[in-house]
Amino acid sequence: MKEILVDIDLKEKEEYIINIGPQHPSTHGVLRLETCLQGEEVKYIIPHCGYIHRGIEKMSEKLTYPQLLHLTDRMDYLSAHINNEAVALCVENAMEVQVSERVKYIRTILAELSRVASHQLWWAAFGMDLGALTTFFYGLRDREKILDIFEESTGSRLIQSFITPGGLMSDIHPNFQKRVKDFIKYFRTKLPEYDDLLTGNVIFRERTQGIGILSKEDAIDYGVTGPSGRGSGFHCDIRKIAPYSAYPLVEFNEITFAEGDTYHRYLVRMKEMWESLNIIEQLIDNIPQGEIMLNLKAIKAPKGDYYQRVETARGELGVYIVSDGGPSPARIKYRSPNFSNLFVLNKISAGHKIADLVAISGSLDLVIPDIDR
Amino acid sequence: MSREDITELVARQLPEAKPGPCKQLLEFIVDAGHIRMLADYLKQNPLTKMDYLFCLTAADRKDGLNVLYFMTSSVYHHSVLIRVILADKAHPVVPTVSDLWKAAEFYEREVFDLFGIHFENHPDLRRIFLSDDWVGFPLRKDYKDTFTLER
Repeated sequence: MKEILVDIDLKEKEEYIINIGPQHPSTHGVLRLETCLQGEEVKYIIPHCGYIHRGIEKMSEKLTYPQLLHLTDRMDYLSAHINNEAVALCVENAMEVQVSERVKYIRTILAELSRVASHQLWWAAFGMDLGALTTFFYGLRDREKILDIFEESTGSRLIQSFITPGGLMSDIHPNFQKRVKDFIKYFRTKLPEYDDLLTGNVIFRERTQGIGILSKEDAIDYGVTGPSGRGSGFHCDIRKIAPYSAYPLVEFNEITFAEGDTYHRYLVRMKEMWESLNIIEQLIDNIPQGEIMLNLKAIKAPKGDYYQRVETARGELGVYIVSDGGPSPARIKYRSPNFSNLFVLNKISAGHKIADLVAISGSLDLVIPDIDR
Repeated sequence: MSREDITELVARQLPEAKPGPCKQLLEFIVDAGHIRMLADYLKQNPLTKMDYLFCLTAADRKDGLNVLYFMTSSVYHHSVLIRVILADKAHPVVPTVSDLWKAAEFYEREVFDLFGIHFENHPDLRRIFLSDDWVGFPLRKDYKDTFTLER
């Protein structure tokens, strides 16, 4: 019989290790957190990823640019439009072509709608992580309205592949403007409900305030971007640092807080939804006329290296293309925001109770397929 | 700082650094032995303050495995790309920068996993996506497996 090995060291310290995941509701996907506990206190966490690694970067080396675009939807599926836009912008920069103003406006509106939809789903799931089941129904009820708008114009609800190098797959539906304006009006009355339900809730505040504090220095050091980084005062909004598409034309505030705890990461996203509605409102009535797709004979990036940064709902997405001049890239790299955001989890949850771990990982808003690619 | 100013600073600090081909970002090509010195200089210098490593990756090119360091400043927002070319594809070794930027620790694990580049003095260098018993490094151009269709 095989001898059972007992880690003497762990026993003396009264520490034990449990695996959270790979199939666990609070990890929001297939992620395994090897968690070392002493009593109820978290000592350290080792994240194990790769359960949903599909080799998107390797696959893309054999696909043409319009083909590999469809794989980017499957990374951060809640920011599908923004991922498409990143590849489209990178290829357009490489080819030195400019899309029409109409395309830029529509791209920005779609990107902001996906940001709102993504934050709605995050809010819904975050409440549920903390035991407030009602938020899930409220969040999904309102997200459905955005998905209906997407469905009408792009033909699909979650992964659209609508923004392509050279423009858009098709023109927007004639109802698009009216439905988006109706949605803005509707959602502005619903956002205060979100605050009533969760933001002002005493139990919710006790669970989140002062929990999982991430300092600004650590946020920069670990490369934590997006709302999670801005909750710590790290000015990392690519829409402000390197504006693309129609962002130079609109006015909006970059939401930052200095505190860096779970509650302020939550507040950043709540306020960002208001900002996104403002951005859409500035653009929706002024969509100019113009061509939807550039007449490109062949989509080939000239020989060279290209990098494009965009702001997804979760942070900075980078697309790095190395081209030999052919129709497909020699190497394509996606710098995904969730990859860097994940590994800060050990730093900010060590020393907290295991129940707080769920709140902290929820506030980082991780999408696992984006980590593994 | 403008691109010219950074170029001048780097030329004074490390005359061996060569300009690179990338047009969008200011690029320097350095030897594996010099990367830590230049990275540390760009991070510590108050004029450049490259405190945010936003990407670290590699590419398998004809001249060897290229390791690419994309860094920017959270204060000034100017960016630099540093390229290290490792001509020896059988034993590619480059010193780690994970003590300068914590983010590099996980990027380096990813590059090790997919390209087999060894990062010297890395605190925890093991595969990150693939299983520990995986054979080969998939993002290399000479990688062969049994189930990928050749076109």
